[in-house]
Amino acid sequence: MTTATNKEELFIVKEQDVVPLRNRVKEYGVKIGMSILNQTKLITATSELVRNLLKYGGGGRVIIESVTNGRDLGVRVIFIDKGPGIKDINLAMQDGYSTGKSLGLGLPGTKRLVNEFDIQTELGNGTTVTIIKWKNG
Amino acid sequence: MQNNLLASLKEHQNKLLTTWSQLLQANGSTDGVTEEEESKEFAALLLDALQHSNGNTDSDEFEKVYDLLIGISSSRGRRGFSPRENAQYLIAFKEAASSILSEIESDPVKLYSANLELSTLLNNMTILTFESYMKGREDVISRQIDEISEISTPVIRVWDGVVALPIIGTLDSSRTQVVMENLLQQIVDTGSSIAILDISGVPAVDSLVAQHLIKTVSATRLMGAECIISGIRPEIAQTVVHLGIDLTGIITKASLASALQTAFDMLQLTVVKRK
Repeated sequence: MTTATNKEELFIVKEQDVVPLRNRVKEYGVKIGMSILNQTKLITATSELVRNLLKYGGGGRVIIESVTNGRDLGVRVIFIDKGPGIKDINLAMQDGYSTGKSLGLGLPGTKRLVNEFDIQTELGNGTTVTIIKWKNG
Repeated sequence: MQNNLLASLKEHQNKLLTTWSQLLQANGSTDGVTEEEESKEFAALLLDALQHSNGNTDSDEFEKVYDLLIGISSSRGRRGFSPRENAQYLIAFKEAASSILSEIESDPVKLYSANLELSTLLNNMTILTFESYMKGREDVISRQIDEISEISTPVIRVWDGVVALPIIGTLDSSRTQVVMENLLQQIVDTGSSIAILDISGVPAVDSLVAQHLIKTVSATRLMGAECIISGIRPEIAQTVVHLGIDLTGIITKASLASALQTAFDMLQLTVVKRK
């Protein structure tokens, strides 16, 4: 059972919003005493997903939360966009697949960087990606 | 129809100025001499405009007032007045004018309509000052952005034939463009054969940043130079591996010093300690 203790919501509409978001996520990591390595993994994952949110989802909102499952503390970040959605989720989760001109590592790479990864998408209705990085994960 | 009362404010200009500057002093939104001159000019122009333009607030006379006002409020912005103080400037004028109106007119109906007209006019002007105040601030910000992107990509000639480029901060698309242009130009200008890209100051390397780095390296190679990426911290190395980014075709080093050492090896130079 994962419960949230602290919550914040940010709106992402332009590339300039990426750096402040990353800094906020980092602060959440620092607050629960996350190691530098896990902080870097978390902000890199955030960076990947927020770029997707901007590029494919046309912007959206991001919710940052401090969470706990009773044993461990962690940071949960939820990315919500109202974009076109992802057509083939299995394909999008494959390494090297990209509909844009990028490396195609965003989604599968992010999944490897965090402890919990969940993606919900519906064509025409947008995409919601939820990640959790545990302090000792 | 222009309210005669407002036009007759002109006759009380001096009194209005005195009341106004007293009010400004009372709420502390003044800084003395420069201010008084500006205020005098503004009051004179505005009262003239009220007298001559028959209630048409788009007339040439009013245009002059607006221009002056924009000048005053951006100069106040630069002199460090807060937005609140900037707004109080005109609000104090309204209070002063309104107190004079009530002295020269006792009929409440006329007084009310004159005050209403005065309010509408000065409210619009307050909005105008806010807009120009914000614009003044935004100009400062955009100038700073230009300056930052200019100074944040210095290309340093570290040795004969070796240039280094320390990257600090996030490497986004527009910045990569500047970095790449500067680096390639410097390679041509200095005739260097080795370029070192130092990413010690980059907080996170995600797939987009990596892609930009790979592109920069490829472009450098096309110019016939070799590119070394240095300043890869342990946590960055692990993150890049987990992300699955392939940097194997690129020479990477942990520090600028070891990158320079590699450059010396490539140029077949040896650094020896003098006896």
